[in-house]
Amino acid sequence: MAILDYLLRKRKKSAAVAKERLQIILAREHIDRSGPDYLPELKKDILKVVEKYVAIDYDKIQVTIENDGNCEILELNISLPDSSTVPLTKVRKA
Amino acid sequence: MAKVIVVTSGKGGVGKTTTSASVATGLAKRGYKTVVIDFDVGLRNLDLVMGCERRVVYDFVNVIHGEASLKQALIRDKRLANLDILPASQTRDKEALVKEGVERVLNELRKTHDYIVCDSPAGIETGAVMALYFADEAIVVTNPEVSSVRDSDRILGILSAKSKRALDGDEPIKEHLLITRYDPNRVSAGEMLSIDDIIELLGIPLAGVIPESTSVLQASNSGVPIIHDENSISGLAYQDLVERLLGEEIPIRFITPVKKGLFKRLFGT
Repeated sequence: MAILDYLLRKRKKSAAVAKERLQIILAREHIDRSGPDYLPELKKDILKVVEKYVAIDYDKIQVTIENDGNCEILELNISLPDSSTVPLTKVRKA
Repeated sequence: MAKVIVVTSGKGGVGKTTTSASVATGLAKRGYKTVVIDFDVGLRNLDLVMGCERRVVYDFVNVIHGEASLKQALIRDKRLANLDILPASQTRDKEALVKEGVERVLNELRKTHDYIVCDSPAGIETGAVMALYFADEAIVVTNPEVSSVRDSDRILGILSAKSKRALDGDEPIKEHLLITRYDPNRVSAGEMLSIDDIIELLGIPLAGVIPESTSVLQASNSGVPIIHDENSISGLAYQDLVERLLGEEIPIRFITPVKKGLFKRLFGT
């Protein structure tokens, strides 16, 4: 019964939510911090370029530098929204 | 060898000044010649918490600029003869704290004192960076609350990247976590981050937990550092913190929930 489920459901305690959110944001900030100084700036510049064509959030760009043996790999990961094919002007209107 | 301890947090209002006042008082009570310096230029407040606001004549910036000698600017605590206070300037801006000047004053104090406690301003600007730059140890004051934990993490990053010890490649600053305004009842109700949560998130050793208590406000109201109050659990928790800073291993107290009786539940707090 739905009503019984509703009454008996275990609500997630807010402290647990806080911890989870902090774990995610701190991990992200540590990546920003551990990389070279130019990484956050690079990310912003990439965002500016991509934004000309597609509306995306700063969140959606991941820039990481990994050490693979004797070479460093700059990995760029941009997740585009579903409506990415829509030109920016139309996205703004929507 | 004198030790420089910075009390820092990133976020404002978490208890840096209260902690600086009590830690300095506690160290002096244990017999160490101690000085506590207010780095919050423009927003002086340590003098109020220490109860010496009416005796301020010269300040930290005056000493840095050579307008007053250290001897003239230091205020002797009215209760403890081996405790001095160096107030912040109320009129200048934070840029007045130049690195060379701060270093000269600290070096002079190192000759005469055992402990130098630096009360950092909030934020991550010049004042905060100057307060932690020369530190040997750091007390990171954190409230069990998301923004405070995040800012503490940020300050830990600055300690390990921008401090003198980090830049010189010396042994890193010894970091101590201090959780303040802790409410065991709310933690057990799942409404507040627990001690273990915060330790796990920040990854530094715990030096103390100060329980939320009405006596802290009363102490600052009257300008008496809370550590003097032997009847307050917060005061006792600060005494424990000082013991741990001095290397004693004592268990954390006042962190189990207190059950309220029916009468209290109905009629009061």
